[in-house]
Amino acid sequence: MSRALWILAVLLSHWRRHPMQLATLLIGLISATALWSGVQALNQQARNAYDRAAATFGGARTAMLVGKDSATIPQKLFVDLRRAGWPVSPVMEGRVQIGGRSFRLLGIEPVTLPGEVGSAPAIGRGDLQSFVTPPGTMLVAPETLRDLGLTEGATPQANGTTLPPLRAQQQLVPGVLVVDIGIAQTILRMPGQVSRLLVGKSRAPHATLQSVAGDTLRLVAPDAESDLERLTDSFHLNLTAFGLLSFFVGLFIVNSAIGLAFEQRLPMLRTLRACGVSARMLNTVLVLELVSLAFVAGLIGLVCGYFIAAALLPDVAASLRGLYGAQIPGQLTLKGEWWLAGVAISILGALAAAAASLTKAIRMPVLVSAQPQAWQQAQRRWLVLQSAAALAVFAIAGGLIWLGDSLLAGFAVLAALMLGAALILPMLLELVLGFGERRARQPVSLWFWADSRQQLSGLSLALMALLLALAVNVGVSTMVESFNRTFLVWLDGRLASDVYINATSDTQATAIKAWLKDRPEVDAILPGGRADTQFGGVPIEVLGLPDHATYRDHWPLLEQTQNAWVRLRPGDTALISEQLSRRMKLGIGDRIEVPAPGGNWPLEIVGIYADYGNPKGQIAVNFAALTRRFPQTPLTRMGLRVAPEKIPPLIAALQDKFGLDDRSVADQATMKADSRRIFNRTFSVTAALNAFTLGVAGIALLTSLLTLANSRLPQLAPLWAIGLTRRRLAVIELLKTLSVALITALFALPLGLLVAWCLLAIVNVKAFGWRLPFHVFPLQLIQLLGIALAAALCAAALPVARLARMQPASLIRIFVNER
Amino acid sequence: MASENPPILSVTRLTKSYRAAGEEVAVLRGVNLAVARGESVALTGESGSGKSTLLHLIAGLDAADGGEIRLGETRLSDLGDAGRAELRRDRLGLVFQQFNLIPSLSVADNLAFQSRIAGRHDAAWHDELVERLGLGAFLKRYPEQLSGGQQQRVAIGRALAPKPLLLLADEPTGNLDEDTADDVLQLARDLVARTGCGFLMVTHSARLAATLDRQVTLHAGRVA
Repeated sequence: MSRALWILAVLLSHWRRHPMQLATLLIGLISATALWSGVQALNQQARNAYDRAAATFGGARTAMLVGKDSATIPQKLFVDLRRAGWPVSPVMEGRVQIGGRSFRLLGIEPVTLPGEVGSAPAIGRGDLQSFVTPPGTMLVAPETLRDLGLTEGATPQANGTTLPPLRAQQQLVPGVLVVDIGIAQTILRMPGQVSRLLVGKSRAPHATLQSVAGDTLRLVAPDAESDLERLTDSFHLNLTAFGLLSFFVGLFIVNSAIGLAFEQRLPMLRTLRACGVSARMLNTVLVLELVSLAFVAGLIGLVCGYFIAAALLPDVAASLRGLYGAQIPGQLTLKGEWWLAGVAISILGALAAAAASLTKAIRMPVLVSAQPQAWQQAQRRWLVLQSAAALAVFAIAGGLIWLGDSLLAGFAVLAALMLGAALILPMLLELVLGFGERRARQPVSLWFWADSRQQLSGLSLALMALLLALAVNVGVSTMVESFNRTFLVWLDGRLASDVYINATSDTQATAIKAWLKDRPEVDAILPGGRADTQFGGVPIEVLGLPDHATYRDHWPLLEQTQNAWVRLRPGDTALISEQLSRRMKLGIGDRIEVPAPGGNWPLEIVGIYADYGNPKGQIAVNFAALTRRFPQTPLTRMGLRVAPEKIPPLIAALQDKFGLDDRSVADQATMKADSRRIFNRTFSVTAALNAFTLGVAGIALLTSLLTLANSRLPQLAPLWAIGLTRRRLAVIELLKTLSVALITALFALPLGLLVAWCLLAIVNVKAFGWRLPFHVFPLQLIQLLGIALAAALCAAALPVARLARMQPASLIRIFVNER
Repeated sequence: MASENPPILSVTRLTKSYRAAGEEVAVLRGVNLAVARGESVALTGESGSGKSTLLHLIAGLDAADGGEIRLGETRLSDLGDAGRAELRRDRLGLVFQQFNLIPSLSVADNLAFQSRIAGRHDAAWHDELVERLGLGAFLKRYPEQLSGGQQQRVAIGRALAPKPLLLLADEPTGNLDEDTADDVLQLARDLVARTGCGFLMVTHSARLAATLDRQVTLHAGRVA
């Protein structure tokens, strides 16, 4: 043991003499672990919230019976099934508005609620009485209570009814209100109806479903993955992809630091072997040293990862809320596995990054044999092998584009493209630098190109990291800008009304409409409404659009039949959103049957419209037809057409007359500003991770240059000796770094555009169900080119400054020191 | 003179070949050699005669094709990599032309390194080595801060610190000027005499070879 410790001490002594190299190694491991763990912390936080939501009074995690052809089922079926031995419990679900804000109302029957359903025991025996008997109790999450600005015991108004006293319950997800089913039926005005029947796990014998309910019900098996999880998969996959990219960029730093340390320690390792340290002992201690360093770096990385996750959490939560309606708590809570996984990933990453060096150490002969190959020959062979690997990876990417049809395949195409590009980069650089060398006439410029080529093997990993970071930046920025441009045009069409009103109840809405009819400045009142139903087993929205020129002229349609708007009037046709069209493979002319309370509603598709940012599929129908088919649809929403100069006084008058707050009445500009704010926030996480990745790539370049700087002295000293000043040498070194960075950045631009195309044409379509037009933004590309050069300049500044200020004694040592 | 003592090293009919440019080149063609306890032997010969190869085979750094090497009662061909490493650690001292010190360790740590990993660190002997090698003033320095002669003294001290059975030196003075070479070799001889170990030194220099007890000359892979 003490022998191993002695050898470990000797190995560690190398880092004491080369603190910058140790710092490089640790920075690489810390960045890799921090970014990966930070992203995982965010994913874990969100998944915990989804689990909480899914478990709320029997979400998708419980088996259930739903109506085959209608959105609700008669309560009598519940009674019949219980009598027949079925362990069922009814649930009524709908939406209510409190103070202009929409909430999910869940009515449950606590006595029959299956024991395995989450949150059920929390009602408590003592509270059961008050929960089921009038006025009842409404359970809400503490966050919801805070958002409403109410306290426990308050009885707010919703849908024209006074709600039961509110009571906070920790386990509930925000945005959900839970009451006894009888109260829910009253609030939603659906007496004798239930939305679904939860099925408990009791194995008691019972009659067949057919014999009790005939053909009216369908059994839905419990789902391991909730709707929210399914919807947000793409978001988390995107985060994970970024985390993985940053992790690999971090590992490039580690690989470069370990590779250099290994080369520098080769004589030491040979001496150790010559002094009697066995190969097995030496390799064991090398691994032990690496694991110890990775453990320390992993712990620091985890702390950094925690802070990164905490910093990004508000934006992630806002994105998930804006995109999917998912409620994520703002306080980061992490499980023990996260810490263990973080340390494990750091150690595994370090071992992976050091694999090549460790293999060399295992195979290292004790005696130094003459190297028969010149560096050029060795480099040439390495470049050819790497390029062949790159071509193989490109072929895989091509195959995936051709055959793959999933989100994972989309990401795999991206990964293969980037890996292939990274592998082929050194060959491209070699070709460009070789061309420069052939064209050079002056001896110094000849040396400039030749020496740049020789440096390639040492710098290539850092340049690959720069290439990947830049390509991802170009790709993501192009996608975001394309989205931004499309989104703004689309928003102008979608928000065509000048004023938007959301009344607190149908009664108030009727009063507002009556008042507005007498206002001469109001050119048109455009009522709106939406109902929720299921289609093809997934929840969808049915949107009611009034027959008005505002929609005919502005509503953006991607595809349509002739006279689509005219054909919408009778109520037997529909427009469908792009994502629903792609998900269900529906096109113009197809016929669908939408479950409605009175039975299935047959509709012909006459148009497809873009519906960016909506995770749910949507169908747009004539408003009057919607209210006929879904009579319980709240009629609280309306848009107004008003001349621009008359908008502020009208809003002021509405607020004054009906006590509407800013959330209940807003002008078009405010709505658009809100939408843009949500849009921008959605991509702020991406922007932050983009910046992190570029930063890590900058560090990779800096550390490579720093570690190379010392080993390059034997190449630079002879030039100094024959008359090149240190300052001139420093300038040449700087130019060399900038040249290879520029070549890399120029290669990153087309690669980035290809990444953007993949994101827009493959990943977005699979992840969100919409395809955006592809735009190129030259100014943005020039800006990124500038950033790449600035990063290279910053990375080169320190080693170059050190060279410029280097004492002649250090350069003389190259000639006098026995090597 | 010391040949009356039983041999600590005996090399019998040793052969070794390498492949170079597709051809088999025989470097050693049946070498016989013995070194007794307390005896110092110079191994001389022209470049390519197989001196260094023979030394490497004796040190267990490489494996012979045929013949036998015995160190005391141990036959090297019976040992695997770990066994040969143990042999080098506990019973051999190696000194190279390039010094091969560990650059990240101080002089004191370099000196104590082999004796510590062999578990045979003797503080009194360590102090004596420091004094005899004249390294007292440099113990906290690092190898790069020493001259070539000083570095080679540290290398000799490191090799002798575990009191080996045999000290093997491959051109130990090849990088040193004549005066320093004489000085370093004198120190090595004194310390070998003090420990009573055997000493086998590869050298090109007939002048330095003449200062040892016996000279063995290799020619075309055989003892001339």
